[in-house]
Amino acid sequence: MATHAATAEGHATGAGHDEHHKLSFIRTYIFSTDHKMIAKQFLLASLLFLLIGGILAGLVRWQLGFPGQPIPFIGSMFSDTTAPGGIILPEFYNSLVTMHATFMIFFAIMPLLVGVWGNFLIPLQIGAPDMAFPRLNTASFWISVPAGILMLASFFVEGGAAGAGWTSYAPLSANPEYSGVHMGQVLWLVSLIILGFSSLTGAVNYITTIINMRAPGMTWFRMPLPTWSLFVTSWLLLLAIPILTGGLIMLLFDQTIGTGFFNPATDGEPLLWQHIFWYFGHPEVYILILPAMGLVSEVISNRARKPIFGYHAMVLAIISIAFLGWVVWGHHMFQSGMNPLLGTSFMISTIIIAVPSAIKVFNWLGTLWKGDIHFDVPMLHALAFVAMFIIGGLSGIFMASAPVDIPIHDTYFIVAHIHYVLFGGSLFGIFAGITFWFPKMFGRMMSPKLGKIHFWVTIFAYNAVFFPMHNLGLRNHMRRIYDPNSYEYLQPLQGLNTFISIAAFILIAGQMIFAFSFFYSMFFGEKAEQNPWKSNTLEWTAAGHPPGHGNFPGGTPHVYRGPYEYSSPESNEDFLPQGVPPEPVRRGAVPREPGFLPTGD
Amino acid sequence: MENWSWMLDESASSVGPQIDRLYYIILVITGIVFVATEVTLLYFLFKYRHREGHKAEYIHGNTKAEIIWTAIPALIVLAIALMSRGLWAEIKDPANVPADAMRVMLEAKQFEWNLTYPGPDGELRTGDDFTVRNRLDIPLDRPTVLEMTSVDVIHSFFVPDFRLKQDIVPGMAMQMWFQPTRAGVFPIGCAELCGIGHTRMRGTLTVHSPADYQAWVNEQVQGAASAAEPAAPAPATQAQ
Repeated sequence: MATHAATAEGHATGAGHDEHHKLSFIRTYIFSTDHKMIAKQFLLASLLFLLIGGILAGLVRWQLGFPGQPIPFIGSMFSDTTAPGGIILPEFYNSLVTMHATFMIFFAIMPLLVGVWGNFLIPLQIGAPDMAFPRLNTASFWISVPAGILMLASFFVEGGAAGAGWTSYAPLSANPEYSGVHMGQVLWLVSLIILGFSSLTGAVNYITTIINMRAPGMTWFRMPLPTWSLFVTSWLLLLAIPILTGGLIMLLFDQTIGTGFFNPATDGEPLLWQHIFWYFGHPEVYILILPAMGLVSEVISNRARKPIFGYHAMVLAIISIAFLGWVVWGHHMFQSGMNPLLGTSFMISTIIIAVPSAIKVFNWLGTLWKGDIHFDVPMLHALAFVAMFIIGGLSGIFMASAPVDIPIHDTYFIVAHIHYVLFGGSLFGIFAGITFWFPKMFGRMMSPKLGKIHFWVTIFAYNAVFFPMHNLGLRNHMRRIYDPNSYEYLQPLQGLNTFISIAAFILIAGQMIFAFSFFYSMFFGEKAEQNPWKSNTLEWTAAGHPPGHGNFPGGTPHVYRGPYEYSSPESNEDFLPQGVPPEPVRRGAVPREPGFLPTGD
Repeated sequence: MENWSWMLDESASSVGPQIDRLYYIILVITGIVFVATEVTLLYFLFKYRHREGHKAEYIHGNTKAEIIWTAIPALIVLAIALMSRGLWAEIKDPANVPADAMRVMLEAKQFEWNLTYPGPDGELRTGDDFTVRNRLDIPLDRPTVLEMTSVDVIHSFFVPDFRLKQDIVPGMAMQMWFQPTRAGVFPIGCAELCGIGHTRMRGTLTVHSPADYQAWVNEQVQGAASAAEPAAPAPATQAQ
């Protein structure tokens, strides 16, 4: 394949950077146009939202584990309209459930995957000096800040924060008479409309950068899998976010100026909201998992010191998951009242999406097979991703079968499934990514000791929280109910609910180990070598350490081979970086067979 | 420990055993895949752990393996889809609603279920209809069709023991049928977040023997006649 990569000079001019001019504090740390600084800004902001989302989850679990009892320690801090005397009110519970999901999905996991790694990795992995549109990149982060502030502010307005679920089904979300929430819902809508522009500007930037700015020799099939998955994810964002924004604007008009898009009294159609929402919402699920799959592929190949098994199959699986992701949204609506014939077609497309997911799992197992596996902290998280994603994928088959979905729909079985994918999948992928690239970001290693403690606490507590939720669902425990004990048949499950809540508090507390290690290591961690994981990809071998503005001090790198040439017989070591020129003849080296040519040529 | 079970409670409707059977088929298939993949993963982690002087094998993949592990999952999931298809149509296709069923109107609103029954004449929308709140009482010997509407937001009518769940969308006339297989009292819940009182939007479904059902209808009709004007639909007469 021909190389379309542009030279560094051709694009650096647009980057507005000047090697000889020292940037002010504000241009360096606040309104930076450097993709690496913007990645760090996204990282800190979204870790903060991860913490907020976790605290909200803790409050939800308090109500379910200890219903009607005052929240300990912080209970007196709550107002009389949320939790008087520390006892959570039903309307506050609805807000907690809604805002937990909203913060986690839109403000934590999505930016932690796309904002952080799209920014940090793409230019470094393809050998580009920066993003194609650095100022647009700055805007992408700073657009997201007011969105986050508005969403947080909604807790403090009259009526409280939005309480119609993160899915905001109309008419509950469209009419304050039904929900008791007006301003909170309006802020929720405005915040997400603004946030959408942040995602869109990011997506445009990632796509343009990858298409135009790959270094010479960086063919499509020599691209590392994180970059591939971020490329495909960006297309999903570009096509899905405008759909959501359109729906949000319609809902905002229903809520504020009296339109009736989703109001049956004015010939509006409540199901239209669900179609719009899930037409965005299902690709969104893949937006939240594909980048994590890319990060995990990188870590597994590196720490198993072995080429990724079936590189082309992995790329094709990413693309086919993304493609199929557009034709499955109706599986969220099996019980919604839409035409049952549609249910059949959505069931078949949904169940087919299990195939590329299975291919990815088998290829990760194939990568480990006959490897030389190093159990460093990033690898532990990456392996946990695989082990947990298997559970999340398999539990998805239950609800993909529309008849079996009838009893488990809207129960804790679904809550278990989503958390096996979003926490067991995405968040373990994020931990793998942060612990792996931390030395490149901050020039220091994260503490392996604290990292291992954090990992083991997390994996045990996580499973103690979410695995029994399958069982709750099978005992017909509905989701989003404030007081399960109001149903007599759910009363025997109180013990299990309390168990889950205690495990959840341990899980949340365990994350403080990570937070401490993160900031401690940033300043006091062991200084990292240039290439601590003996990696092949350009960010470790060609960029500065840590990379400065302009990324590649020695000039644009040239790429000679695929990204996963670990344990190649061409090299005496167990890795062979992408930028090292091939030697014509090497004494003692085993001649390569044609079948083992590096991928992509 | 029964709370940790992956078994389902015994169902009480005609479609229940079929849904449960499909569930158990999927449980077995996914259970086998789960054990096989997780054990393989752990075995590889043990067998190929790092040892000094040992180097990984330089393998890029295997086309035959890719074909096999694409084809086998594809066949399995397609088989599950085909098995699901017929049952789905049987439950949800409007053409399969039994013609001889008893029809009951269900009006959902925040936060109650109002059920309007045909009176002694067996016909809905006649003067002898009566309405009961949060109680669905049906005879064992014939299927029931619910004609469902919502006056405000989306609710979801959920009868766990019957393996029944149907969202009720305002502005849409929906129906759902079922055939009970045993007498008893079963909980009804709302499965779609519908507002502040969502958690208390409950009801009970009572399946009577035919004779008991007739007695119950007579009791309700007398109650309604003494409490309300004859025009239908009568206001709710019985709060739970």
